[in-house]
Amino acid sequence: MEAKDIIKPENLVYQKSRLMSDATFNFCPGCGHGVVVRTIAEVIEEMGIEHDVIGISPVGCSVFLYDFYKFDVVEAAHGRACAVATGIKRVIPEKYVFTYQGDGDLAAIGTAETMHACNRGENIVIVFINNGIYGMTGGQMAPTTLEGMKTTTCPRGRDVKTMGYPLNITPLLAQLDGVHYVTRQAVHTPANVRKLKKALRQAFENQRDKKGTSIVEVVSNCNSGWGLSPKAANDWMVENMFKKYPLGDMKVDGKVVMDMNLPR
Amino acid sequence: MEKEFKLMKGNEAIAEAAIRAGADAFYGYPITPQTEVMEYLMEVDAEKRTGMVVLQAESEVSAINMVYGAAATGHRVLTSSSSPGISLMSEAISYLAGAELPCLLINVSRGGPGLGTIQPSQADYFQTVKGGGHGDYKLLTLAPSSVQEMADFIAEGFDLAFKYRNPVMILSDGALGQMMEKIILPEQRPRMSEYPDWATNGTPEGKERRFVTSLNLLPQQHEMVNIRLQEKYRAMEAEEVRYEMIECEDAEYIIVAFGIIARIAQKSIELARAKGHKIGLFRPISLYPFPMKEITTLAENSRVKGFMSVELNAGQMVEDIRLAVEGRKPVGFFGRLGGMVPTPEEIENALYKEFNL
Repeated sequence: MEAKDIIKPENLVYQKSRLMSDATFNFCPGCGHGVVVRTIAEVIEEMGIEHDVIGISPVGCSVFLYDFYKFDVVEAAHGRACAVATGIKRVIPEKYVFTYQGDGDLAAIGTAETMHACNRGENIVIVFINNGIYGMTGGQMAPTTLEGMKTTTCPRGRDVKTMGYPLNITPLLAQLDGVHYVTRQAVHTPANVRKLKKALRQAFENQRDKKGTSIVEVVSNCNSGWGLSPKAANDWMVENMFKKYPLGDMKVDGKVVMDMNLPR
Repeated sequence: MEKEFKLMKGNEAIAEAAIRAGADAFYGYPITPQTEVMEYLMEVDAEKRTGMVVLQAESEVSAINMVYGAAATGHRVLTSSSSPGISLMSEAISYLAGAELPCLLINVSRGGPGLGTIQPSQADYFQTVKGGGHGDYKLLTLAPSSVQEMADFIAEGFDLAFKYRNPVMILSDGALGQMMEKIILPEQRPRMSEYPDWATNGTPEGKERRFVTSLNLLPQQHEMVNIRLQEKYRAMEAEEVRYEMIECEDAEYIIVAFGIIARIAQKSIELARAKGHKIGLFRPISLYPFPMKEITTLAENSRVKGFMSVELNAGQMVEDIRLAVEGRKPVGFFGRLGGMVPTPEEIENALYKEFNL
């Protein structure tokens, strides 16, 4: 097949969602963020809800979300995404509201806002990117940083005796009565991306059906912050991150379905 | 329409006026001495009356960020707190100003620093009119001095907030919040049915999507944003100065006071005038924009021999008065600190002492 045939519409096998702008991603090559961001756009497009959706992008690598999407986006202060989402959802409950938060945002500075929004059962979708590091500021220790893992603020590895333990926060959130759905996914293989898409679809459908809070955690990489090539970062993630943060559903239809390695 | 009178606490008046101003949402966190605001909204079931959302947040930080969210959707939203709570909110207040979101903030202030006291204070003047949070921003600030004004400034505050796309602060104090006065209730306004074009409440079909942010990584771009903000503040300074002058026509000495202390000082000038002293009272109602020109004009008047600022703090507004007077006349100061409130006689005597009367 020649080039002129390949570009014919009938030969199209994949294209980016029409809800994505032409802005260049600020994510590093090999990073999982871009895959999650566009998968959210695909789900919103397929559900046909782009005129009724508001995304919240707090501080972190998530902060430029408004550049990438062609629907309404509100940028929030560091950690405050769930409070901002609550403020929006309560005045326009018929609209879809989702947050897109990193581990520093959701599990450190924004722990109170996250925990209480979940406890109130705010009818929102929380997308949580867990890569065990602060990417935007250049690779500092996150609450989710693994024991012994090196970052710029724990250059000799995380010492749990003085720096605390890796915070496995989603199983804690899963125990709250307001939370309807919690799942942990990844985007390092096409099969995982398809699973993530299904999970995101479930989460937005939960919101449509007024079920309460839905949380989709994505265990992801940060090849720049980890100082590894994209391939090596994904391998390291499978080897180490998945041990502490195993993939799978934690809560489905308001019922805890799996013992998710609760913090000891 | 027949006027409705009611005896109310200042805090209750805020709450009732918020419902009547057609507010869409109140997000708050309890703190003395303003707790009655949310209690009243819950007690009278504001949600049932107008559909207004009333939600108790887990912290002031969360409450103000809920305000940020609702404001981003173009709804009329307010919160109230007291000094330590306003300190917690200051991060988001800077974001609200930076993202140009309209909302109404109320500080029923108390004595600081730190946990301080729950008694009335005006020690948050600097925090309110000079910044509070980070960056070059201004809060349009109204200072009520009666329960009636607590009620009246709510609808006015919302209108100003939307006119300028800027947060508006009502700076009151624990005395105004707690004391009861008979007021004329404002009329019930409908809640909004149409929202501004910039509001991020879901992009309508065929329209450009909207976004709300205070972020600009390019300094060239961000300087332009700052210049635009400053132009907006200059417009407020030209259009929104509010003040009251009491017996200033023949006054030789002028007390400058805002809020609750202006009420007390009004009695002081009465006492002084009975003894033959020509004393007037100048009450700034908008603290930002501050009535600079009006005070300058008084200072340029050869009849006026001096000013004395009376405040419930260690001397904050007096700095703005001195900027306006520019050394033309002496400017004295009298204040009580830490929640103490002076009597009319104390203010009267302070004036005599300051100017050797």
